[in-house]
Amino acid sequence: MSTTEIDRQWTTRLRKRVEGKLPPEKLLPDTQPAYVASWIYVFGVATLSSLILVIATGTLLAIRGPIWWHQSSIGHFVNSLHLWSVEIFFFSMIIHLWGKFFMGAWRGGRQLTWMTGVVTFVVSIVTGLTGYVSQTNFDSQWISTQAKDGINATGGGAFFNVLNFGQMLMWHIVLLPIAAVILTALHVLMVRVKGVVPPYEDEKKVAQ
Amino acid sequence: MNWLGSIINLDGYGHYLHWHFILVSVANLIVVGLMVITFVAALFLPFPGKGRRKENR
Repeated sequence: MSTTEIDRQWTTRLRKRVEGKLPPEKLLPDTQPAYVASWIYVFGVATLSSLILVIATGTLLAIRGPIWWHQSSIGHFVNSLHLWSVEIFFFSMIIHLWGKFFMGAWRGGRQLTWMTGVVTFVVSIVTGLTGYVSQTNFDSQWISTQAKDGINATGGGAFFNVLNFGQMLMWHIVLLPIAAVILTALHVLMVRVKGVVPPYEDEKKVAQ
Repeated sequence: MNWLGSIINLDGYGHYLHWHFILVSVANLIVVGLMVITFVAALFLPFPGKGRRKENR
Protein backbone atom coordinates (compact mmCIF):
# COMPACT_ATOMS: atom_id res chain seq x y z
CA MET A 1 0.00 0.00 0.00
CA SER A 2 1.43 3.38 -0.99
CA THR A 3 1.79 6.33 1.39
CA THR A 4 -0.91 8.24 -0.54
CA GLU A 5 -3.32 5.35 -0.11
CA ILE A 6 -2.58 5.19 3.60
CA ASP A 7 -3.15 8.94 3.90
CA ARG A 8 -6.54 8.56 2.20
CA GLN A 9 -7.79 5.88 4.62
CA TRP A 10 -10.58 7.05 6.93
CA THR A 11 -8.69 5.75 9.97
CA THR A 12 -5.62 7.86 9.07
CA ARG A 13 -7.71 10.96 8.35
CA LEU A 14 -9.71 10.57 11.58
CA ARG A 15 -6.55 10.01 13.66
CA LYS A 16 -4.87 13.09 12.19
CA ARG A 17 -7.99 15.18 12.77
CA VAL A 18 -8.27 14.05 16.41
CA GLU A 19 -4.52 14.58 16.97
CA GLY A 20 -4.80 18.09 15.50
CA LYS A 21 -7.86 19.09 17.54
CA LEU A 22 -6.94 17.37 20.78
CA PRO A 23 -3.24 16.59 21.26
CA PRO A 24 -2.45 14.66 24.50
CA GLU A 25 -1.03 17.76 26.24
CA LYS A 26 -4.36 19.52 25.66
CA LEU A 27 -6.42 16.50 26.75
CA LEU A 28 -4.51 16.07 30.03
CA PRO A 29 -2.79 19.41 30.68
CA ASP A 30 -0.03 19.88 33.30
CA THR A 31 -1.03 23.43 34.17
CA GLN A 32 -4.11 25.61 34.01
CA PRO A 33 -4.49 29.32 33.19
CA ALA A 34 -3.94 31.64 36.17
CA TYR A 35 -7.57 32.82 36.12
CA VAL A 36 -8.76 29.26 36.90
CA ALA A 37 -7.41 29.71 40.46
CA SER A 38 -10.84 30.69 41.81
CA TRP A 39 -13.49 28.71 43.71
CA ILE A 40 -16.05 29.45 40.99
CA TYR A 41 -14.10 27.18 38.61
CA VAL A 42 -14.35 24.26 41.05
CA PHE A 43 -18.04 23.50 40.53
CA GLY A 44 -17.67 21.82 37.12
CA VAL A 45 -15.30 19.25 38.59
CA ALA A 46 -17.55 18.94 41.68
CA THR A 47 -20.47 18.13 39.34
CA LEU A 48 -18.36 15.57 37.49
CA SER A 49 -17.19 13.94 40.75
CA SER A 50 -20.74 13.67 42.09
CA LEU A 51 -21.86 12.20 38.74
CA ILE A 52 -19.26 9.44 39.17
CA LEU A 53 -20.66 8.74 42.66
CA VAL A 54 -24.24 8.78 41.29
CA ILE A 55 -23.32 6.20 38.63
CA ALA A 56 -21.38 4.01 41.11
CA THR A 57 -24.19 3.95 43.73
CA GLY A 58 -26.83 3.54 41.01
CA THR A 59 -24.93 0.53 39.68
CA LEU A 60 -24.98 -1.04 43.16
CA LEU A 61 -28.74 -0.37 43.50
CA ALA A 62 -29.34 -1.95 40.08
CA ILE A 63 -27.32 -5.04 41.03
CA ARG A 64 -29.14 -5.63 44.33
CA GLY A 65 -32.68 -4.37 43.59
CA PRO A 66 -35.58 -2.73 45.52
CA ILE A 67 -35.95 -5.29 48.36
CA TRP A 68 -32.31 -4.70 49.25
CA TRP A 69 -32.46 -0.91 49.19
CA HIS A 70 -35.74 -0.84 51.18
CA GLN A 71 -35.04 -3.50 53.81
CA SER A 72 -31.32 -3.83 54.58
CA SER A 73 -29.16 -1.33 56.45
CA ILE A 74 -26.45 -1.30 53.78
CA GLY A 75 -29.15 -0.97 51.10
CA HIS A 76 -30.59 2.06 52.94
CA PHE A 77 -27.10 3.51 53.14
CA VAL A 78 -26.36 3.06 49.42
CA ASN A 79 -29.82 4.39 48.54
CA SER A 80 -29.12 7.48 50.67
CA LEU A 81 -25.68 7.89 49.08
CA HIS A 82 -27.39 7.79 45.67
CA LEU A 83 -29.91 10.45 46.73
CA TRP A 84 -27.38 12.77 48.37
CA SER A 85 -24.86 12.48 45.54
CA VAL A 86 -27.69 13.54 43.20
CA GLU A 87 -28.42 16.50 45.52
CA ILE A 88 -24.75 17.54 45.39
CA PHE A 89 -24.72 16.92 41.61
CA PHE A 90 -27.59 19.38 41.03
CA PHE A 91 -26.33 21.82 43.68
CA SER A 92 -22.89 22.00 42.00
CA MET A 93 -24.29 21.98 38.48
CA ILE A 94 -26.56 24.97 39.14
CA ILE A 95 -23.72 27.00 40.69
CA HIS A 96 -21.55 25.94 37.71
CA LEU A 97 -24.37 27.15 35.41
CA TRP A 98 -24.68 30.51 37.23
CA GLY A 99 -20.92 31.02 37.12
CA LYS A 100 -20.67 30.20 33.41
CA PHE A 101 -23.75 32.30 32.57
CA PHE A 102 -22.30 35.42 34.19
CA MET A 103 -18.89 34.70 32.59
CA GLY A 104 -20.57 34.47 29.16
CA ALA A 105 -18.90 31.06 28.78
CA TRP A 106 -20.10 30.71 25.17
CA ARG A 107 -17.55 33.38 24.11
CA GLY A 108 -14.55 32.57 21.92
CA GLY A 109 -16.21 29.86 19.82
CA ARG A 110 -17.39 27.92 22.87
CA GLN A 111 -21.04 27.67 21.74
CA LEU A 112 -20.91 23.86 21.59
CA THR A 113 -19.43 23.68 25.10
CA TRP A 114 -22.32 25.81 26.38
CA MET A 115 -25.01 23.91 24.45
CA THR A 116 -23.77 20.44 25.46
CA GLY A 117 -23.91 21.71 29.07
CA VAL A 118 -27.47 23.00 28.64
CA VAL A 119 -28.68 19.74 27.08
CA THR A 120 -26.92 17.73 29.83
CA PHE A 121 -28.76 19.85 32.42
CA VAL A 122 -32.15 19.10 30.79
CA VAL A 123 -31.33 15.37 30.48
CA SER A 124 -30.28 15.35 34.16
CA ILE A 125 -33.64 16.83 35.21
CA VAL A 126 -35.52 14.07 33.35
CA THR A 127 -33.15 11.48 34.87
CA GLY A 128 -33.91 12.92 38.32
CA LEU A 129 -37.69 12.74 37.71
CA THR A 130 -37.54 9.13 36.47
CA GLY A 131 -35.41 8.31 39.52
CA TYR A 132 -37.95 9.79 41.92
CA VAL A 133 -40.78 7.78 40.32
CA SER A 134 -38.68 4.57 40.39
CA GLN A 135 -38.17 4.49 44.15
CA THR A 136 -41.06 2.01 44.67
CA ASN A 137 -42.48 3.78 47.72
CA PHE A 138 -45.33 6.20 48.58
CA ASP A 139 -43.13 9.13 47.59
CA SER A 140 -42.75 7.77 44.06
CA GLN A 141 -46.51 7.08 43.84
CA TRP A 142 -47.28 10.64 44.87
CA ILE A 143 -44.74 12.20 42.48
CA SER A 144 -45.84 10.08 39.51
CA THR A 145 -49.55 10.82 40.01
CA GLN A 146 -48.74 14.55 40.20
CA ALA A 147 -46.26 14.49 37.30
CA LYS A 148 -48.67 12.68 34.95
CA ASP A 149 -50.99 15.72 34.93
CA GLY A 150 -48.18 18.06 33.97
CA ILE A 151 -46.83 15.75 31.27
CA ASN A 152 -50.30 14.96 29.90
CA ALA A 153 -50.91 18.70 29.58
CA THR A 154 -47.95 18.87 27.20
CA GLY A 155 -49.26 15.95 25.13
CA GLY A 156 -46.18 13.91 25.98
CA GLY A 157 -48.00 11.42 28.23
CA ALA A 158 -48.79 9.10 25.34
CA PHE A 159 -45.07 8.49 24.79
CA PHE A 160 -43.67 9.04 28.27
CA ASN A 161 -46.01 7.58 30.89
CA VAL A 162 -44.77 8.34 34.41
CA LEU A 163 -47.26 5.81 35.84
CA ASN A 164 -45.57 3.02 33.83
CA PHE A 165 -42.97 1.82 36.32
CA GLY A 166 -41.14 -0.45 33.85
CA GLN A 167 -40.79 2.34 31.30
CA MET A 168 -39.60 4.85 33.93
CA LEU A 169 -37.07 2.41 35.41
CA MET A 170 -35.62 1.59 31.97
CA TRP A 171 -35.33 5.27 31.09
CA HIS A 172 -33.73 5.94 34.49
CA ILE A 173 -31.14 3.16 34.52
CA VAL A 174 -30.42 2.67 30.79
CA LEU A 175 -31.34 5.40 28.29
CA LEU A 176 -30.92 8.60 30.30
CA PRO A 177 -27.65 7.64 32.07
CA ILE A 178 -26.15 6.70 28.68
CA ALA A 179 -27.26 10.08 27.27
CA ALA A 180 -26.02 11.98 30.35
CA VAL A 181 -22.61 10.27 30.33
CA ILE A 182 -22.09 10.74 26.56
CA LEU A 183 -23.14 14.42 26.78
CA THR A 184 -20.90 14.99 29.81
CA ALA A 185 -17.96 13.38 27.99
CA LEU A 186 -18.60 15.61 24.95
CA HIS A 187 -18.89 18.65 27.24
CA VAL A 188 -15.56 17.89 28.93
CA LEU A 189 -13.89 17.22 25.56
CA MET A 190 -15.18 20.58 24.28
CA VAL A 191 -13.72 22.27 27.37
CA ARG A 192 -10.37 20.62 26.61
CA VAL A 193 -10.51 21.54 22.88
CA LYS A 194 -11.51 25.18 23.40
CA GLY A 195 -9.98 25.73 26.84
CA VAL A 196 -11.58 27.28 29.93
CA VAL A 197 -13.27 30.59 29.18
CA PRO A 198 -11.19 33.56 30.43
CA PRO A 199 -12.73 36.40 32.47
CA TYR A 200 -13.96 39.39 30.37
CA GLU A 201 -10.98 41.54 31.40
CA ASP A 202 -8.49 38.80 30.35
CA GLU A 203 -10.14 38.10 26.98
CA LYS A 204 -8.09 40.67 25.04
CA LYS A 205 -4.83 39.50 26.66
CA VAL A 206 -5.61 35.86 25.75
CA ALA A 207 -6.44 36.83 22.15
CA GLN A 208 -3.06 38.54 21.71
CA MET B 1 -29.71 11.23 62.18
CA ASN B 2 -32.00 10.94 65.25
CA TRP B 3 -30.38 14.03 66.76
CA LEU B 4 -31.39 16.04 63.70
CA GLY B 5 -34.97 14.83 64.02
CA SER B 6 -35.00 16.06 67.62
CA ILE B 7 -34.04 19.58 66.43
CA ILE B 8 -36.30 19.79 63.37
CA ASN B 9 -39.61 17.96 63.36
CA LEU B 10 -39.57 16.17 59.99
CA ASP B 11 -42.69 14.10 60.75
CA GLY B 12 -45.49 16.25 59.38
CA TYR B 13 -46.72 18.32 56.49
CA GLY B 14 -44.22 20.44 54.57
CA HIS B 15 -44.31 24.20 54.89
CA TYR B 16 -44.95 26.28 51.78
CA LEU B 17 -44.67 29.94 50.90
CA HIS B 18 -47.35 31.16 48.52
CA TRP B 19 -47.20 34.55 46.83
CA HIS B 20 -49.47 35.10 43.82
CA PHE B 21 -48.50 32.38 41.31
CA ILE B 22 -45.25 31.54 43.13
CA LEU B 23 -45.44 28.46 45.36
CA VAL B 24 -42.25 27.14 46.93
CA SER B 25 -41.61 24.80 49.83
CA VAL B 26 -39.50 26.15 52.68
CA ALA B 27 -37.12 23.17 52.20
CA ASN B 28 -36.51 24.10 48.56
CA LEU B 29 -36.16 27.76 49.45
CA ILE B 30 -33.45 26.86 52.01
CA VAL B 31 -31.56 24.88 49.32
CA VAL B 32 -31.83 27.81 46.88
CA GLY B 33 -30.57 30.15 49.64
CA LEU B 34 -27.61 27.82 50.32
CA MET B 35 -26.78 27.80 46.60
CA VAL B 36 -26.80 31.60 46.45
CA ILE B 37 -24.57 31.78 49.57
CA THR B 38 -22.16 29.19 48.07
CA PHE B 39 -22.10 31.07 44.75
CA VAL B 40 -21.26 34.41 46.38
CA ALA B 41 -18.67 32.75 48.65
CA ALA B 42 -17.05 31.10 45.59
CA LEU B 43 -16.68 34.52 43.97
CA PHE B 44 -15.10 36.27 46.94
CA LEU B 45 -13.26 33.66 49.05
CA PRO B 46 -9.52 33.54 48.26
CA PHE B 47 -8.37 30.41 46.44
CA PRO B 48 -5.46 28.61 48.15
CA GLY B 49 -2.11 28.85 46.35
CA LYS B 50 -3.33 31.41 43.82
CA GLY B 51 -0.02 33.31 43.76
CA ARG B 52 2.10 30.21 43.18
CA ARG B 53 0.34 29.05 39.99
CA LYS B 54 2.08 28.93 36.64
CA GLU B 55 0.27 30.40 33.69
CA ASN B 56 -0.45 28.21 30.69
CA ARG B 57 -2.41 29.85 27.97
